[in-house]
Amino acid sequence: MQVTVNGEDTELAADTTVADLVAARSGAHDRVAVALNGDVVPRSSWPATRLSPGDTLEVLAPTAGG
Amino acid sequence: MSTSELAPALAREEASDPFVIAGETFTSRLLLGTGGVPSLETLEAAVRASGTQLVTVALRRVEASSSASMLEVLDRCGVRLLPNTAGCRTAREAVLTARLAREAFGTSWVKLEVIGDEHTLLPDAVELLDAAEQLVMDGFTVLAYTTDDPILGRRLADAGCAAVMPLGSPIGSGLGIRNPHNIALLREGVDVPVVLDAGIGTASDAALAMELGCDAVLLASAVTRARDPEMMALAMRQAVEGGRLAKRAGRIPRRWHAEASTSFEGLPEL
Repeated sequence: MQVTVNGEDTELAADTTVADLVAARSGAHDRVAVALNGDVVPRSSWPATRLSPGDTLEVLAPTAGG
Repeated sequence: MSTSELAPALAREEASDPFVIAGETFTSRLLLGTGGVPSLETLEAAVRASGTQLVTVALRRVEASSSASMLEVLDRCGVRLLPNTAGCRTAREAVLTARLAREAFGTSWVKLEVIGDEHTLLPDAVELLDAAEQLVMDGFTVLAYTTDDPILGRRLADAGCAAVMPLGSPIGSGLGIRNPHNIALLREGVDVPVVLDAGIGTASDAALAMELGCDAVLLASAVTRARDPEMMALAMRQAVEGGRLAKRAGRIPRRWHAEASTSFEGLPEL
């Protein structure tokens, strides 16, 4: 299925969960947050949240800022 | 030798003059931003020299975010993290960013920033107040970055913000405090802490903020982009301490003419 992750069209397996996506994307970051179609997905819900075709995700991590 | 060994009076003053935001007590009145820092080594040196206990951080797409070791450095320094909503243009974006930051950092404290455009980075008053109201309702401790408008400052305090943070001048400009009168008026008009945020260029700007009655100063670029960030962090720490003490000590009135400090009584006729 096709979803949009951080602004990029991305092809994922049909049963991918938010937890799968974070594991694949977050590298060394452990303090990560995910928005799915404009809503926060709490960390506790990542394993049970399955993605659907056309979903839009933002996977965010800490960075320096003023 | 620590500052307290050098100056027992300073240690006494700090102990009797705590800085409290939303029930949390800080001994340092300097908040430091991490934006623009050239390296992690420099960040750690600056954080330690500044004595800060509250440090701002941001959230970005994972591919663009800095290495995870920045948080290791900040954790090692024992500072509290204050996520910001930098770059948000609408209340909707800012509220969502604050909720994401709460997930990522495990804190409901947020430096709320809603900017009107990328050229000035000035706050959008309408979106800011809307976002502040929503976040307070949602249980956030909101430290609101705002213009130096005393009326907007009061509206943000009335909305339940834990601190109001007026700019001295635009972010990163180093132009100092362009309207000191407004900052003093804003300070008079609210009961929550006022933190001068943005525009600080050098130590005298930070001291002036405190002399105007601000409770603390938040700065990033002035330290992170200084030629020697560690030394500038120390300068800012001492400026904030000096300005606070001067405010509490009570300055002399400004006079048009001189007033002799040496008495004329008993002056010999030579």
